[in-house]
Amino acid sequence: MRSGRIFMEKRVTFKGIWLPLLLVLPQIVITAVFFFYPAGQAIYQSLFIPDPFGLSMQWVGLGNFAFLFSNSYYLASFATTAIFSILVTLVSMGVALYLAVLADRLIKGSGVYRTLLIWPYAVAPAVAGVLWLFMFNTRVGVVTWYLGVLGYDWNHVLNGEEAMGLVVVASAWGRISYNFLFFLAGLQAIPKSVIEAAAIDGARFWTRFRTIVFPMLSPTTFFLLVVNIVYAFFETFGVIHTITSGGPQQSTTILVYKVYADGFVGQDLGSSAAQSVVLLAIVGALTIFQFKFIERRVHY
Amino acid sequence: MATVSLSGVKKSFGKTDVIHGIDIDIADGEFIVIVGPSGCGKSTLLRMVAGLETVTSGEISIDGRRVNELEPMDRDIAMVFQNYALYPHMSVFDNMAYGLKIAGTPKGEITARVEEAASLLQLGDYLKRRPRELSGGQRQRVAMGRAIVRKPAVFLFDEPLSNLDAKLRVQMRLEIKQLQRRLGVTALYVTHDQVEAMTLADRMVVMNAGVADQIGAPLEVYGNPQTEFVGGFIGSPPMNFLDVSLGHAMPADAIRLGVRPEHMQIADAGAQTRGKVMYAEALGAETLVHIKLPDGSIATVRQDATKPQPDEGTEVGVTWDKADQIAFDAAGKRC
Repeated sequence: MRSGRIFMEKRVTFKGIWLPLLLVLPQIVITAVFFFYPAGQAIYQSLFIPDPFGLSMQWVGLGNFAFLFSNSYYLASFATTAIFSILVTLVSMGVALYLAVLADRLIKGSGVYRTLLIWPYAVAPAVAGVLWLFMFNTRVGVVTWYLGVLGYDWNHVLNGEEAMGLVVVASAWGRISYNFLFFLAGLQAIPKSVIEAAAIDGARFWTRFRTIVFPMLSPTTFFLLVVNIVYAFFETFGVIHTITSGGPQQSTTILVYKVYADGFVGQDLGSSAAQSVVLLAIVGALTIFQFKFIERRVHY
Repeated sequence: MATVSLSGVKKSFGKTDVIHGIDIDIADGEFIVIVGPSGCGKSTLLRMVAGLETVTSGEISIDGRRVNELEPMDRDIAMVFQNYALYPHMSVFDNMAYGLKIAGTPKGEITARVEEAASLLQLGDYLKRRPRELSGGQRQRVAMGRAIVRKPAVFLFDEPLSNLDAKLRVQMRLEIKQLQRRLGVTALYVTHDQVEAMTLADRMVVMNAGVADQIGAPLEVYGNPQTEFVGGFIGSPPMNFLDVSLGHAMPADAIRLGVRPEHMQIADAGAQTRGKVMYAEALGAETLVHIKLPDGSIATVRQDATKPQPDEGTEVGVTWDKADQIAFDAAGKRC
């Protein structure tokens, strides 16, 4: 009863409707200008084919979509996106979790370790792309040179698999910092006594990690899974643009890059808009799927 | 079931010494309570027995076997934590079965042992629930169940009742005692609550700033405190400490004397000292009368509620038997 009253007092209540509206207005305006308006435009434009000069538009209904799904390049881009985002998510989360577990065991110097690990997050994706591109440059890259010494001929400009590997590593690199922070916070939120209880119960490090730590970390893991997949779908554009521009032979053209390539390079605005709509639908569906099916296995 | 012995056990964190050498031999099936104020090192001592803290010097042995270097899991102990430390993502059954599963116990036996423990602790109906769906007392029982099913040689309790409300604490105290008696397991129990220590212990260890001030049966510790600290810490209200000049025939090196509140009487005839009644607390069966003495110290007299209760502000005489006074020297030791 008493705690209930305190809770009620803490809750802020407004008398009118205007002040609360005013307070949420900035967020609504930002969402409207940068999300609802472009998304609406994309849906609208996906139903037309404009002429190359943008002077007229011809209604084609779902024609753009029909064309897309019979286009083998577009279907290949789906597979590329799936491989790319799964790899980026796995690499960035796996490495981050490993580093976080190590940092969590560290007593002295963990502050320095943590600070250094956060730095890559401050590097913009496009800049990160340039850094990695420089290291793996086929003629002057330092890593390429050492690989050559070892007898491996690195050439991501010609080899699609090498190109994919490079963009995955470059995209995951900056992300590791972000994931590391969350994993470390998650690990430190697990009560020490629970780990000790498991140790007394006979569980050694790996068993404890598998049966206690990882399940208790699941809210963090789930959150990062959602965020990282969205990252891999959209924000990696800069990395791909600087390193491979989607090549060679479209082997690194993920869906978001194809939107750009077809729309701004190929000037096929109708198709580009239709692709945006498909992308929107995929991310929406993925997020709903994650919340519906994976979240059930999450223990808060 | 086992004996536990600590000899010269010390602990330092860096340059800070927190435990200055503890010696105790615990018999098989004995219930030992380690009691002391916060920061006295009692939890650290227990965690050293559990293997969660390293031993700086000295030796801990369980059933005659040195365990200093053994991992917690190899010491044949079970521990109940203050916050219970239940696995939040597992059912009550899985919480209790966890240790057995890791040990590779056959499934049938796990089920049998968990169900046996559950019925002993009246948890039978809750086996499928998660810890967060249980009350504080039930969580406490699950934590004990987890300890019981493994049939350890020694039970370790780290302030297990301090998160419960007063009424539940009294009830669980009784249950723990009965359980330990029934299972006959050696138990080490850490608490800051002297009532828990008095009621649970076969023998208690009163710790003060990393030193065991006194080890003994509860009534012996209560009746014959070996240091001023023990007299003040054990007993509620605590022992009265008075200036040595008020006592009957004190030893030469005594600087202070202690008298239990129940050994003091309010009487004018043959009064040792006189004082002003500040206030009287009527607790029902008994009344605590707080009296301000001329030197400014306060003495508490515990008397039956049937006795006449002095009015506040009146001056009264205070008296006690010579046999009930305890003399302490400058170091706070009994003399």
